[in-house]
Amino acid sequence: MRLNSRRTRFSQVAVAVAVVALAAAGCGKSSSDSAGSSDDGTYAGKGIGLAYDVGGKGDQSFNDAAYAGLQKAEKEFKIGGRDIEPQDGESDADKVQRLETLAKQGYNPIIGVGYSYAPAVKEVAVKYPKVTFGIIDDDTIKAKNVADMVFHEEQASYLAGVAAARTTKKNHIGFIGGVDIPLIHKFEAGFVQGAQSVNPKIKIEKQYLTQTAQEGGFSSPDKGKDAANGQVEAGADVVYHAAGLSGQGVIQAAAEHKVWAIGVDSDQYGQSALAEYKDYILGSALKNVGGAVYDLTKSVVDGKPLSGEVRGDLESGGVGFADSNPKYKAMTDVVAAVDKAKQDIIDGKVTVDTQ
Amino acid sequence: MKKFDKERVLLAVAGPVIALVLAIALTSIVLLASGKNPFEPYRLMLEQLPYSDIQVLIINQASLYYIAALAVALGFRMNLFNIGVDGQYRLAAVMTAIVGANVALPGFLQIPLLLLVAICTGAFWAGIAGVLKVTRGVSEVVATIMLNSIATSLIGYVTLADVWGVQVGNNMTTGVMEKSGWFPGIDLGADAGEIYGLVFLAVLLGVLYWIVLNRTRFGFDLRATGASETAAAASGVNAKRMVLLSMLISGAVAGLSGLPLLLGDTHTYSLSFPAGLGFTAIGIALLGRNNPGGIALAALLWAFLDKASPALDYATPVAYEKEIATIMQGLIVFAVVISYEAVRQWGLRRQQRQVGAELAAAAQNVKKEEVAA
Repeated sequence: MRLNSRRTRFSQVAVAVAVVALAAAGCGKSSSDSAGSSDDGTYAGKGIGLAYDVGGKGDQSFNDAAYAGLQKAEKEFKIGGRDIEPQDGESDADKVQRLETLAKQGYNPIIGVGYSYAPAVKEVAVKYPKVTFGIIDDDTIKAKNVADMVFHEEQASYLAGVAAARTTKKNHIGFIGGVDIPLIHKFEAGFVQGAQSVNPKIKIEKQYLTQTAQEGGFSSPDKGKDAANGQVEAGADVVYHAAGLSGQGVIQAAAEHKVWAIGVDSDQYGQSALAEYKDYILGSALKNVGGAVYDLTKSVVDGKPLSGEVRGDLESGGVGFADSNPKYKAMTDVVAAVDKAKQDIIDGKVTVDTQ
Repeated sequence: MKKFDKERVLLAVAGPVIALVLAIALTSIVLLASGKNPFEPYRLMLEQLPYSDIQVLIINQASLYYIAALAVALGFRMNLFNIGVDGQYRLAAVMTAIVGANVALPGFLQIPLLLLVAICTGAFWAGIAGVLKVTRGVSEVVATIMLNSIATSLIGYVTLADVWGVQVGNNMTTGVMEKSGWFPGIDLGADAGEIYGLVFLAVLLGVLYWIVLNRTRFGFDLRATGASETAAAASGVNAKRMVLLSMLISGAVAGLSGLPLLLGDTHTYSLSFPAGLGFTAIGIALLGRNNPGGIALAALLWAFLDKASPALDYATPVAYEKEIATIMQGLIVFAVVISYEAVRQWGLRRQQRQVGAELAAAAQNVKKEEVAA
């Protein structure tokens, strides 16, 4: 009996704690209480606010490209900048909190790197109408102070497909996607279409590393390496990856088997982390995330902030194919084929599917 | 007898308190080793506590942690290690979101329907592990870990565009749920935010957990089986039935743990729905000693560390890494395991000493009586 009475007290305490906690939440100031900063023609903001998605800084790819854009703009316009990493297992409420804190501190523009920021950007942009927001890889937000920065990834991937199909000796190439999501399907679709435009009967291995980003599809070089080893053993001799940091494993495996790898997002031939394997990097399908960050910042500093959908394509240079490897440039027929494909897309003779 | 009570409380509280002190000390050592101020981050985080928007974030997050941790604790009480809470809540959330988007009933029917869907999905998924354990003797640890992966693939399938998925930009969602299924929250103004209405479900589940475990035949059987399966079997408890039932209930509770967020905020299951809640909940259940009050405190502490730590990034003049909070959470789990075992052994020794002293005293009394006689 006595044991029970102790337990009763415990549960009473539990209920009391819950009720007090709920009631207390109503009191007190909000951490976002502040006066909004106002711009009158001249730039008065504190700098660029950059909020990363899962994976964060150091992925040698998507997020790092955004950071490179921030650094360039910081230097050129002599403004500040702040980049903030996400937490594991966070929800939209945490992203809202992050963007609001940046807005409150006076950062402008504020950029959400990745489509998962869409609900948060939408919500915060309404609260801070004088701040310009950017979101990368999402085109669903229609607001005056939001720039939707998206890309024709499938066009760059098409060029990668053409290059791969022209270089392969076994008529057998491979695609490795980081996570099985619509964004990465665009890379696959462009790559497959480009390769098949050269040789409709080409054999293409396709693999996605994980179902969700939380499982590490964009951040596990070991998974990338295993997948690439499998594809090479199956007979592929050119492997294209759209897998963020996992792509390092893909490139490493390709180099070990002395077959070609095609990089993604940044010009991976020039990356110091991959210097050891760069001879086997045929080229990279570029996605100029850094340029988008830079352009948006420039527009804000100039007092004419971008707004609406800003889509990078081959024509604008928002996407492209990097040809830094001298061994690639030596294959003049491949280079000519890629250049012709590029011109055909720009001229509208070829339309690349996104699915 | 009263003294005995104090002893129990002392032993119950000593574990968590020692663990926390140890974790804070170790975190300070980590900070010192990296050349930072070892106390400043705590002050910065505590400063966040009076802000109402942070409080709202903490309470909302704690409600998710709390329900998930109750699911884990239910298994622990029975000596079952349900690592599958993560898969159970995600699968339940996605099924609830799908039903919520495709079925339109009036609110007073829709919300019970959605709760039921979540309960059944969670129970079904945990039940698979339960059936495997009862019929084939498969360890629930192995089965639930594998079911987590299968749940991920299954979610990938049901959110395909030609199944139930709706693509919004580059995100894959299950479509927006019918408004009648949105659970109203407590709006505290634009600056503070909104407390999920289903926070009260978490409180209710905590009360139910206590009642069922301590006031029902089932709860007694469950605790008895957890304490000693053979002894329980000898007194007429059907252990297999208990294993299956507690897996089902644990799964049902786990299924509910994503709902405060789903019905209160996102109203859709998308690629950015939080994952990993089920694993965090294991640490919270451990820290809370499987006790509904203790788990509530542990969940609030965890949520506090989560929500107050981002402020470290913005601190001036010196910013700290917010991962300090993650290090601390890890160290807490680590310290909890060690300190509970240490306290248990210390308690046992203390008990032995006391019993020894009482026996010695009794023996002396007997001798005296003999002498007197």
